[in-house]
Amino acid sequence: MFTVKLSELIKEFRLEKLRMDESDNDIVITTSDVNRPGLQLSGYMEYFGTDRIQIIGKVETTYLTSLSPQDRYKRLDEYFRTGFPCLVLARNIEPFEEMISVSEKYGVPLLRTDDITSRFMSGLIRYLNVMLAPRISEHGVLVEVYGEGILMLGESGVGKSETALELVKRGHRLIADDIVEIRRVSDSTLLAAAPENIRHFIEIRGIGIVDVKNLYGMGAVKIQENINLVIKLELWDNKKTYDRLGLDDQFTDILGISVPSLVIPVRPGRNLAIIVEVAAMNNRQKKMGYNAAKVISERFMKYD
Amino acid sequence: MIAKEIVIQNTAGLQSKSAAIFIQKASKYKSSIWITKNERKANAKSLLGVLSLGIGKGAAINLSVEGDDEAEAAAELEEYLLSDMGEIK
Repeated sequence: MFTVKLSELIKEFRLEKLRMDESDNDIVITTSDVNRPGLQLSGYMEYFGTDRIQIIGKVETTYLTSLSPQDRYKRLDEYFRTGFPCLVLARNIEPFEEMISVSEKYGVPLLRTDDITSRFMSGLIRYLNVMLAPRISEHGVLVEVYGEGILMLGESGVGKSETALELVKRGHRLIADDIVEIRRVSDSTLLAAAPENIRHFIEIRGIGIVDVKNLYGMGAVKIQENINLVIKLELWDNKKTYDRLGLDDQFTDILGISVPSLVIPVRPGRNLAIIVEVAAMNNRQKKMGYNAAKVISERFMKYD
Repeated sequence: MIAKEIVIQNTAGLQSKSAAIFIQKASKYKSSIWITKNERKANAKSLLGVLSLGIGKGAAINLSVEGDDEAEAAAELEEYLLSDMGEIK
């Protein structure tokens, strides 16, 4: 279970602290769901998810303005008593006095942004989805080739890093070498990056550690990328049969998402970079609706 | 599979040079060897991976070894991790 600290959230969205205690920085957010408290402010408290960040915009403010100060205090008191992580006022709205006093009474932080309510809300959900996503780290190399994020897996010493270097040389980008941290940011998307302390370094046997960003420049690296294809590199095994046609799609499961995958046998002298390039282009072509293996097999079916 | 909880004893932790020696020792074995620290896992045969864990003094790590030569591998690596790792006192 992953969490985001309130202090990180405040920093990310540059929120203004209207009222909060120093210790509130350590409040943790555990869900990417957020809530606009229209119903709760009107007094309906059933099914209220109190672990959600609360966002108040123009509608709620206008509604609260229409209430008498006594009613307003009563509703806000009932609402704040539930103890949600924090309340954010959008559009630089001025807080009601009653709001500040109940915020203090129940120790619930009151924050503010100058952004428009729905835009802040969608930005917040996207950020929380990434930060709270289930994650794993894989031993492999992540490169971006022709816009496709390719995760290369394989035993230590099979030539993943060398292939990555060759790909960089050919104008593609390195995202991670050795350790790839993968997050499942939605039901169909895996987002991956390198741990920050080794980002864009690569280890080449016989040379040692190389800084790809310094050697090849900004155009050779990228911070993060989706995973569109998994390529498993393995030493050529004469007893094993490798795919010759490519008609059956293979998949690898990463965090519950099926990613198209290939097994590429490695033999000394085989130019892996060019094979990875072809695999990337072929994967794109399949996504755009053209499958070469299917086309050729259909062509021969006609003669039956 | 052999799994061992190890607490690093020397003052510098597993830093560049000691990490390089460590991965050389690990690479001699056929077994797959992993180090885990705070839910982050790295291949013990990869220098960047081991470095990225940031294993300092007093760090508690988990060493797991699986394969034909797991017993020898686990014994040698544990001994190295518990030593002063070439530190001059």
